[in-house]
Amino acid sequence: MEEQNLELKNIEQKEYDDLVNKVKPKPPVLKNCIWAFVVGGLICTLAQFIQNYFMGLGMSRQDAASYTSIIMIFLAALATGLGVYDELGKRAGAGSIVPITGFANAIVASAMEFKREGYIFGVGARIFSVAGPTLVFGFAVAFFIGLLKVFINS
Amino acid sequence: MVPWYSAFIVGGILCLIGQLVMDLTKAQITPGHILVGYITSGAILSGLGLYQPLVEIGGAGATIPLSGFGHLLTQGTLKAVEQKGLLGAFSGGIEAAAAGITAAVIFGYIAAVIFNPKG
Repeated sequence: MEEQNLELKNIEQKEYDDLVNKVKPKPPVLKNCIWAFVVGGLICTLAQFIQNYFMGLGMSRQDAASYTSIIMIFLAALATGLGVYDELGKRAGAGSIVPITGFANAIVASAMEFKREGYIFGVGARIFSVAGPTLVFGFAVAFFIGLLKVFINS
Repeated sequence: MVPWYSAFIVGGILCLIGQLVMDLTKAQITPGHILVGYITSGAILSGLGLYQPLVEIGGAGATIPLSGFGHLLTQGTLKAVEQKGLLGAFSGGIEAAAAGITAAVIFGYIAAVIFNPKG
């Protein structure tokens, strides 16, 4: 009797899981990908126009690229403050995360959120809650590649 | 100079890969994971000499995604190692990325002080 109950329970559980899987919305992958491609592409296109403008002024490619990053970071910080960037992010997904504007967005969004904890240990610390891990891993990988190069050269 | 449509296509594809990673993996991938993943991948690909060709084709389409920031770190480190040896491994990466990092901290701080979160 008890065994039968247990078996019934298992069947019920399985039916329930099947139902959940059927009803649960699947991410609209194709739509998301088109949004990510277009928005990410447009952000990079804007950056390319800015970079070409600076190179037109006679700046080296490296310096023009640095200025471009600075301007893109400024625009993203402003757009995040105004609440525009996060609206874009709801649709664009990775298209708004992967470019350096997404890095600036993560910095501003988390710093703004913790303003109530003060300007030094609230904003000052939380500015790095997402940027910190990113920089740690970036610095570490670059350092070890550099170290490898030191050994190869010697 | 790289034409705008090259930047559009290369930048778009790099973002599309990120979207596929987010949508098709079971694990909960946050924007933070994407950022860490891109900077790390970019730095490694750059060390293998595979990222510079992408920059030649895509221009800002390859340098603006965070993988381009990783590329900048690695190239700065390698260049500094050629000039200063071991010291360069410690100093080169951050030197190359200094403008972007400082801009992010300064503009980020100012924006966070001026504006308040919505909702």
